Amino acid sequence: MRLYESVFIARQDITTAQVETMADEFAEIITSAGGSIIKREYWGLRSLAYRIKKNRKGHYIMFNMETGPEALGEYERIMGLNEDVLRFLNIRIEEVLDGPSIMLQAKTERSQRGGRDDHDGDDRSTGNETDSDNIVDEKGEG
Amino acid sequence: MTQLEIKREAVRRPFNRRRKACPFSGPNAPKIDYKDTKLLARYTSERGKIVPSRISAVSAKKQRELATAIKRSRFLALMPYVTV
Repeated sequence: MRLYESVFIARQDITTAQVETMADEFAEIITSAGGSIIKREYWGLRSLAYRIKKNRKGHYIMFNMETGPEALGEYERIMGLNEDVLRFLNIRIEEVLDGPSIMLQAKTERSQRGGRDDHDGDDRSTGNETDSDNIVDEKGEG
Repeated sequence: MTQLEIKREAVRRPFNRRRKACPFSGPNAPKIDYKDTKLLARYTSERGKIVPSRISAVSAKKQRELATAIKRSRFLALMPYVTV
């Protein structure tokens, strides 16, 4: 038995309830083979960084689970056959971290703190054009 | 973006340039995780390319880890392969 982290992306057109039932089915494969789902997260309907099978958005589901390689093989086979699954990634992990993953943390924090890019903008404005010109001159002399 | 800033820093003080420490080594360094796109985005260029470690000062070991994380993140469409 090993620890794995599994993320899959479901098609944008299906409902959240359908995604949940799909996730239940996949979880069932693992549990019926003697494994266990340690953590389950729904990241919501996120926009994809690029289009996958004409989809611009997708439902993300993450599992942290403990299972053997046979069950994982079956799990991957079923996922590959399911046409509602755009993509999946299963990786081995050393430990399951407590608490929600960074995805869910970021979601709650986003509303609390304002534009984080403000700081970068300030830095840029101090190093204005004339300043950088001077620097180039100094370098030429030295 | 980071690339530009570091270059400017180098121009300002051509000789006594301090060796930057690896941002992922040390006691309260962030964990490299493919899910943490905000962190990973700092080590990619605006086009989405992975920034070389000689510019970002990430240690070789951590750079390998970082590259894997970015690639995983790209595969799951959390980060772009290319941005035009």
